Amino acid sequence: MMKLLAIDSSGMPASVAVMEDGILLAEYTVNFRRTHSQTLMPMLEEVRRTLDLNLDSLDAIAVAGGPGSFTGLRIGSATAKGIGLALNKPIIHVPTLEAMAYSYYGSDGLIVPMMDARRNQVFAGIYSFRFCRPRDILDSSQPQDNLNEQTGEDPLCVVMDQTPIDVVSLCEKLDVLSREKGKSVILSGDGAQVYHGLIEESMKSAHIYAPPHLAWQRAGCVAARAADLARMGKLESAAQHRPEYLRVSQAERVRAENAKH
Amino acid sequence: MNKEEIRILAIESSCDETAAAVVVNGRDVRSNVISSQIDIHTLYGGVVPEIASRKHIERINQVVQQALDDADMALDEMDAVAVTYGPGLVGALLVGVAEAKAIAWARRLPLVGVHHIEGHISANYIENPDLEPPFGCLVVSGGHTHLVRVKDYGEYEILGKTADDAAGEAFDKVARAIGLGYPGGPKIDQAARKGDAFAIEFPRGKVRGSEYDFSFSGLKSAVLNYLNERRMKGEGIQTEDVAASFQRSVVDVLVEHSARAINEFGFRKFAIAGGVASNSALRAAMEEACRRRGVQFYRPSPILCTDNAAMIGAAAYYEYIKGVRSDLSLNAVPNLKLGER
Repeated sequence: MMKLLAIDSSGMPASVAVMEDGILLAEYTVNFRRTHSQTLMPMLEEVRRTLDLNLDSLDAIAVAGGPGSFTGLRIGSATAKGIGLALNKPIIHVPTLEAMAYSYYGSDGLIVPMMDARRNQVFAGIYSFRFCRPRDILDSSQPQDNLNEQTGEDPLCVVMDQTPIDVVSLCEKLDVLSREKGKSVILSGDGAQVYHGLIEESMKSAHIYAPPHLAWQRAGCVAARAADLARMGKLESAAQHRPEYLRVSQAERVRAENAKH
Repeated sequence: MNKEEIRILAIESSCDETAAAVVVNGRDVRSNVISSQIDIHTLYGGVVPEIASRKHIERINQVVQQALDDADMALDEMDAVAVTYGPGLVGALLVGVAEAKAIAWARRLPLVGVHHIEGHISANYIENPDLEPPFGCLVVSGGHTHLVRVKDYGEYEILGKTADDAAGEAFDKVARAIGLGYPGGPKIDQAARKGDAFAIEFPRGKVRGSEYDFSFSGLKSAVLNYLNERRMKGEGIQTEDVAASFQRSVVDVLVEHSARAINEFGFRKFAIAGGVASNSALRAAMEEACRRRGVQFYRPSPILCTDNAAMIGAAAYYEYIKGVRSDLSLNAVPNLKLGER
């Protein structure tokens, strides 16, 4: 059980949340213009004031660590690192798309959050949820929620880890998976909107697009995923933390290509 | 704790140095940590903004912690957090700004946003307890060339600035063209010592209608043309002579404009600042120009000429005691003008 401050500034929304012992105490999300550098800290202050939050009582800072806009990721990470340094608290690095999958926690579909990565590419991951078997329930004297918490299993099943991928290849992959597993596909994130046309042309399996309240990054999801990651021991120091961009910089890419020729 | 002491934790990340410092009362530097990224940018022949931003975020906490440790102080003992918020590379600035805001917020400390050039000018306060405004200052670095009238603490009038390349940029480009590599400033300075500064006559850049402004792109082109001509004719190039002659051309213009400002505004004190202020020829020529006019000359040690956070702490102190504070919406402003907030 822990008390977390969570931040997501990886994409268009700026979002902050506080979660304590499995209760989401506050979540503040603004999905309006990308001005995270100006808005994120005042949003944190608003949440702090509303909750009369004692920052020293936090156990860790959770942050959506990537993929995402390079600048947006760094604003979130530097904010988390600064708070971590100032309060001497660890950081929980939450893969952005795993957090987005938590919008569909418990769904039986193939969950596919995707972020626009330009030129018909998206950063995408494919996830499903691991349900507990009845004997786990029978063995347990605990309340029947948070079953995975007792079994120690990761409730999130990573079918394809988050990666840059072109939209058509992703659709083909999803068609195969959908057939194999007998599951329908849930598409979320700005990538699903941007490439709606291309997806409709390419995808053969049954699918549905996320509604507005589930389609975007939310710090509440980051906090919920962070609690599970923390339970699995995945914490790092504020000094160690850095974003996971999933892409090298253009200069490095060009240099590597030139070295090949 | 002696409340006469104002202790400021300062952070600087505007280009390719991740830096933090603890400065007491604006002039007493308790720590000055600089993590340079020069090795990686050298591979690309110049600063790559995205790589700079990535390196900043990897190093920022270690650098800030080191600054506190070197000063033997805890965050509790700080009175404010200061940070460079412009001008500079936006992605690089944002790392320092977000870090500083988060620390200030988490520890409930006042935040002071600092102009990078004001920091460079203020570097002169650190080693010169007698230096107080008014004075004139020439700020020359890889990104900036400003001739400034410092009227009072935090009050600046820009007399002249570059119309195109910064002086340091010209050094980098010419150094690359003559095969000296990156960073150009120190490389040319070194090579020029072995060369004849009067071997080649390069032009002095002028900006029509503004006697204090600078232009270095014409000079850079003249050097490139000279190199091309020599190559076409199959004639060799004396690298040291080119370096020395180019450097003389830059230094002459910088000194000439500074001397004109000294005469016009009657400065009794004149300072240089910024990375190019480490250039030995510029130092010698400015010192001589000041000496002849009976003007006291100031220049920071090389470690305070390069981008550093001690200078940000120095500038922040004078803002802090005037009551200047930044709020949590402080943003990075890549083209921030001197004297603006």
